[in-house]
Amino acid sequence: MKSLGELTIVEALELLEKRECSSVELVAGMIEVIKERDREICAYVSLDEGGAFEQAKAADAARARGEKCRLLGVPIAVKDILNVQGQPCTCGSAILKGYVSPYDATVIAKLRQDGAVFLGRTNMDEFAMGSTTENSALGVTRNPANPGFVPGGSSGGSAAAVAGNLAIAALGTDTGGSIRQPASFCGCVGMKPSYGRVSRYGLTAFASSLDQVGPICKTVRDAAALLDVMAGHDSMDSTSIDVPLTDCTAAMKKDLKGLKLGLPREYFVKGMDRSVERSVMAAVETCRELGAEVIDVSLPHTEYAVATYYIIATAEASANLARFDGVRYGARREGADPLEMYCNTRAHGLGREVKRRIILGTYVLSSGYHDAYYIRAQKARTLIRSDFEKVFEECYALLAPVTPTTAYALGEKINDPLQMYLGDILTIPANLAGICGMSVPCGVGDNGLPVGLQMLGPAFKEERILHVGHAFEGAMTQKAGRA
Amino acid sequence: MRDEVNDGIDVGYVAKLARLDLTDEELRSFQEQLRDIVGYVRKVQELDVGSVEPMSHGIPISNVFRSDVPGSSLLQETVLKNAPSHREGQFIVPKIVE
Repeated sequence: MKSLGELTIVEALELLEKRECSSVELVAGMIEVIKERDREICAYVSLDEGGAFEQAKAADAARARGEKCRLLGVPIAVKDILNVQGQPCTCGSAILKGYVSPYDATVIAKLRQDGAVFLGRTNMDEFAMGSTTENSALGVTRNPANPGFVPGGSSGGSAAAVAGNLAIAALGTDTGGSIRQPASFCGCVGMKPSYGRVSRYGLTAFASSLDQVGPICKTVRDAAALLDVMAGHDSMDSTSIDVPLTDCTAAMKKDLKGLKLGLPREYFVKGMDRSVERSVMAAVETCRELGAEVIDVSLPHTEYAVATYYIIATAEASANLARFDGVRYGARREGADPLEMYCNTRAHGLGREVKRRIILGTYVLSSGYHDAYYIRAQKARTLIRSDFEKVFEECYALLAPVTPTTAYALGEKINDPLQMYLGDILTIPANLAGICGMSVPCGVGDNGLPVGLQMLGPAFKEERILHVGHAFEGAMTQKAGRA
Repeated sequence: MRDEVNDGIDVGYVAKLARLDLTDEELRSFQEQLRDIVGYVRKVQELDVGSVEPMSHGIPISNVFRSDVPGSSLLQETVLKNAPSHREGQFIVPKIVE
C-alpha cells in the first residue's frame, strides 16, 4: 500500500468509503509523516492536531451515519493567508504574530461544509509577495525534489507539502503565478481559477483585482474535485461571479481529438532554459498525439506584462497593506503619537520585499505619477486581455511553459528583486486578463528539477484546461509505465 | 525642462508617505533597487494607449448590490481579541489631541 502522504484525494476517499481507513487514522498517519519529514522541507508553519482530530472524528461519525459529502474526512493543508476560525494566520509576516482568525474564509467554510479536515498551515512569501518562499518571517521552505533549491512561491509551502507527500492536497493563492509557479518548481498540479470563480472573502488581500484561491494537488482530477467544492458566488465578495461551474468530471475525456490548442510564440522567451523548452515541446507533441491540432498564436503585448503587473499589483498592495498599522491587530510597536506608532510597527513588522512593494505602489499612485504609471498600466492591461480574447476566438486552450527556468538555488535571487520579477513573465498575463490557468508536471530539466506545462483557458472555462490537463497527465502516466 | 515624471524615485520621501521608517541600510539598497525597478516598469509608457479604456478590474463588473437585509456580524469582543490594546470596547492608541 502507498504511504498515506502519497494518497490522492480520490484514493483517500475510496479508502474511507470502503472503511479500509478512517479519517482519524488518516490524520494520525499524516501528522506522523509531517513530524518525521517536514524538519527538512519546512513546508508547514503550524499544525492544528487537536482541531484536525476533532474534525476527523466528526467526519468518521458522519460517514457512519451515511452522510454524503464530497470531501468527507480528507485532510488538506492551507496556505497561511486564508482565515480559519480560531487558528493563526501569519501571512508569513512578523506583523501578524499572535493573530487568531475570528472567522472562516468562505472557501474554508465551503470545504468544512463538505467534510474536509484542516491539518495545518503552509509557509509562504510574506503577504504572498515573492517567487521563492524565502520572503517569509517564519523560515525557509525547501524544494522536495532537491533541498538546495527553493520550492517557488508564494505558495511554496503548499506545493512543497503536496509534492513532498506531506499533504494529500493543499490550498494556494495566485496573484501573479503563486500557485502555478511553485507547482511547476516542485512537480505537482496547481490551478489558478478564473478571477471571480472562488470567493476572496477571508483571503488576506495582496492585490484585490488579481488574487485568486486555487487547489494544489497531485492529479488534475483532484484539482477538479477541490475546485468543485471551492467555486461559487459569495455575497461576501462582490467580485465573485455567479457563473455555474461546468461539470469538470464529465469534461475530462482521455483524448484531445478535434481540439485546436494555441502555442503563444512570445512565451518562448530569450534566455529560456533549453531543457525547459525541450520538455514543454515534448509535451506539445504528446498533445498532438492525443489528437489536438496545435497552432502557432501570438499574444503581442506579453512583453509589457511584467511592467504592467508590478505597477498594478503594488499599487493595490500599498492600499491593502495600509491596514497593518498596529491599531486593530498585529504586533504593535509603541510610539509617542499615532504616526510614530504606525511607522514603528510597520518598520519592525514588515519584511524587505513587502516594504519595497509598498514603496513602489505608493510611488505609482502618488500625485504627478498616477497617470504616467498607474493609468498607463491599466490601459496596457486592457491590451493584454484583448490579446487573449482574440486567440480564444480560435483556440480551445493555450499550451505554454510556466516559467523560463526550473527552480532557483536557495539565495540565488534574493538580492535582485527585478530579476525575480522577470521570472514571472509567463504566469502574470493570466492574472491580468482574469483567465484560468494550470500547471501540470511534464518532465525534468537538465538539473533534475521538475518542469511544468501551463494550460491557459478563457475566463470561466476551467473545464477546458482540466480536460487538456487530464488527458495530458494520462498520456504521461502511460509513457512512464511503458518506460 | 526637467522631466518630473521620469526623474526617478525618492525612496525616503515615498517611504514617509507610506508610513514606513527605513533604516539607513534599507534606504540605500531600496534606492538602488527601486531605481532599476521604476526604470523597468516605465516600459508601459512606450505603448500607444491613446484610445484604450483603462481596466480597473479582472472582469468587467460594476454596481454590485445585495438586498438591504440586516445580517449578523462578528461580536465586538471577538473583534477586540486581536487588538494590541483595548478598553471599554474601544481600540487604544497613543494620544492624538493634547
